[in-house]
Amino acid sequence: MSASSKGQNRVVVYPDWCKGCGICVAFCPKHVLAPGPDGKAVVVDEDACVNCGFCEPHCPDFAIVVAPRNGNGVNGRPNGKSPATDATHGKEDCP
Amino acid sequence: MSQVRKKRREAFLLGNEAVVEGALAAGCTFYAGYPITPSTEIMETMARRLPQLPDGVFLQMEDEIASMGAVIGASLAGRKAMTATSGPGFSLMQEQIGYAAMTETPLVLVDVMRGGASTGLPTSPGQGDVQQARWGSHGDHPILVLSAADVPECLEMTVTAFNFAEKYRTPVVLLLDEITAHTREKVSLPEPGDFEVFSRPVPTMPPEWYKPYEETLRGVPPMPPLGTGYRFHVTGLSHDLLGFPTSRPEEVAALVERQFRKIDRFFHDVQLVEHVMTEDAEALVIAYGCVARSARLAVRQAREAGVRAGLLVLKTLFPFPRSHVEKLLRSCRLAVVPELNVGQISREVKRVNEGYAAVRTINRVDGQIIAPAQILKEIA
Amino acid sequence: MAEVTQLIHQYLRHNKKFPLVFCPGCGHGIVLGSLVRSVHALGLSKDEVVVVAGIGCSGRIAAYVDFNTVHATHGRALTIATGIKMANPGLTVIAVMGDGDAFSIGGNHLIHAARRNIGVTALVLNNFIYGMTGGQCSSTTPEGAYSHTSPMGQLEAAFDIVELTRAAGASGVARGTVFHVKALDGLIAAALSQPGFNLVEALTPCFTQYGRGNGFKSAVDMFKWLKDKAVPLEAYEKLEDKAGRIPIGVFVKRDAPGLETRYAAMRQRLLEKRGGAA
Ligand SMILES: Cc1ncc(C[n+]2csc(CCOP(=O)(O)OP(=O)(O)O)c2C)c(N)n1
Ligand code: SF4
Ligand code: SF4
Ligand code: SF4
Ligand SMILES: [Mg+2]
Repeated sequence: MSASSKGQNRVVVYPDWCKGCGICVAFCPKHVLAPGPDGKAVVVDEDACVNCGFCEPHCPDFAIVVAPRNGNGVNGRPNGKSPATDATHGKEDCP
Repeated sequence: MSQVRKKRREAFLLGNEAVVEGALAAGCTFYAGYPITPSTEIMETMARRLPQLPDGVFLQMEDEIASMGAVIGASLAGRKAMTATSGPGFSLMQEQIGYAAMTETPLVLVDVMRGGASTGLPTSPGQGDVQQARWGSHGDHPILVLSAADVPECLEMTVTAFNFAEKYRTPVVLLLDEITAHTREKVSLPEPGDFEVFSRPVPTMPPEWYKPYEETLRGVPPMPPLGTGYRFHVTGLSHDLLGFPTSRPEEVAALVERQFRKIDRFFHDVQLVEHVMTEDAEALVIAYGCVARSARLAVRQAREAGVRAGLLVLKTLFPFPRSHVEKLLRSCRLAVVPELNVGQISREVKRVNEGYAAVRTINRVDGQIIAPAQILKEIA
Repeated sequence: MAEVTQLIHQYLRHNKKFPLVFCPGCGHGIVLGSLVRSVHALGLSKDEVVVVAGIGCSGRIAAYVDFNTVHATHGRALTIATGIKMANPGLTVIAVMGDGDAFSIGGNHLIHAARRNIGVTALVLNNFIYGMTGGQCSSTTPEGAYSHTSPMGQLEAAFDIVELTRAAGASGVARGTVFHVKALDGLIAAALSQPGFNLVEALTPCFTQYGRGNGFKSAVDMFKWLKDKAVPLEAYEKLEDKAGRIPIGVFVKRDAPGLETRYAAMRQRLLEKRGGAA
């Protein structure tokens, strides 16, 4: 919750649910998120996240999860920093 | 063990009061309504009686739409619930009748018919709501419409209305008229066990396996009270077996088809009629409500005058008891349909007649009753 | 806050269609999240919660949450909710409605639910417009605002929901916004725990049908507007220039029993009287 958690958080956007409304991007105080090529939010600077608590409850589509890297993981995904593919979603599906 | 036969309790009741006795005998514990002549005594009697029950609830709502809403809510919560009204209020209730039919929520609605359209004749009898009771709410949906011709029947038919509502998970409209509702007659008060009382089927499988609109043997899916672990979705939108909105043609068709079938398959159970000297009748009277009383007398007088007259009293108006009527039409030369409207049940009779008998109508819309003499004139 | 979204996922019906049916940036989803968190915070079980929703985009919420859910007819959610609460006072009954639903077609039911102080929480998603039917004015559309049925600007005044519900007799009246969502969580939880009729008005942007026609550039723009214009009640009262500012917070908080409680007490008195006579 505090600035001290900087660099200790995992930020995951579910592209399937994200509608690219831009709310998280516009209001994230640490510019962790940015619009991706398709307008959907992508995580561009996960290490900057301070888990301020803004984006999760403000995402109208429940498409963002922020969790401590040393916590219980995010919906079954392993702990730790997000793999790079999270920030380049969609691309990996392309042949 | 000595078997002392207890004397039956009897009372002089208004038709409206008999409705309340019937409702309570059927297990009704919830009433919500809005006052309107000539149905108000039902509401006022409920206001005194229901709070005396350990779980009885009586509510006066802000209008008839709200009354139906509260009744639907109570029924979803597992109660046997009812409301009563008259023409203007019945019109307001149509929206929620459709919702109850679509969601298959059991409830009983008593409409005490008065004369005329709009505010019409508040204190005079009429039978002008018959087709509205069948088709008043938009869209195709099944509904049961019953009637009663005298005070003891008001009691019995209210019990029947509740039983049908629960058995078939459907709104049931009981049509009375001002005369029947305001006549005072002796009735024997129901004792426990007098009537077979039916309650809606409830699911008995583990909640995760429950499909709220699943096909069953009778076509009537079980219905748990809200809050008992079976969390499901109720909606007036066309829905799938799980109760969630769908517009897939095959799912929509299956829903409507089952909703009709659950009643169509049981015509023998829901189509109630009373035969009065119909076996050898040549001249048949088909009547319901207060008109059936006049018809009964007219038919007796006709018999005394040597005419082979008979009477078919319709206790179920919809689904129209076609097979009963058709059978008699085939063997009669004449059918007379007296009604306090411009011809709402006679339309049905003519529809099923197919040229068997001559159909004559007697229609009265001036707020006055049809006297036996008027009927006698047509059959004699 | 770490498990906000994952918590909500636990309360959603997994066989429903996702993403939500709402437009991008529609505030309705945020209110849905707020509702779930409030229920969770109070430790209520899914089985004891009944959501009765009206018709409108807001009404779509009902199908998504794994509670007992009833999707009523337009404007009538409170009537069904009243029947449910009176039939089974043990249930926590929440009526989720749009502004058109609650204040226009259902306005009569609203004032009477408040007057009888029935133990139901009314959660009104006020987006100042009929969203579902494509952008017609509602009884909360501000004077002068554009809608497809006020193409020259709304001539009629908007309801003051707070004053209306207060005057009608509700136990609680509160207003929040989806931008101030943590406060909204608190308002809903407080409403759910207070006896009697409690109304929470949640201001929620509808860019598609309201914002676009009224000078907003995007959904985000509308969130910025809420952020700038909404002020906590205490601060609002001290403002010199109140024009265009919207007070948020708790406006009415009365300790009054719900109708269902008063009804049960009456039944009990009758029972004792009969017992005494025998
Ligand atoms: C009796 C009736 N009249 C009209 C409609 C059409 N209708 C559906 S939703 C709606 C308005 C919804 O507006 P609101 O309640 O503000 O909800 P929103 O979509 O904005 O969330 C209307 C008029 C209806 N379904 N039923
Ligand atoms: S708030 Fe949610 S839906 Fe909107 S852009 Fe961000 S992740 Fe996507
Ligand atoms: S919690 Fe969300 S809004 Fe807050 S810093 Fe992290 S990414 Fe940004
Ligand atoms: S029309 Fe408005 S209220 Fe409806 S989903 Fe879209 S943004 Fe939301
Ligand atoms: Mg709206």
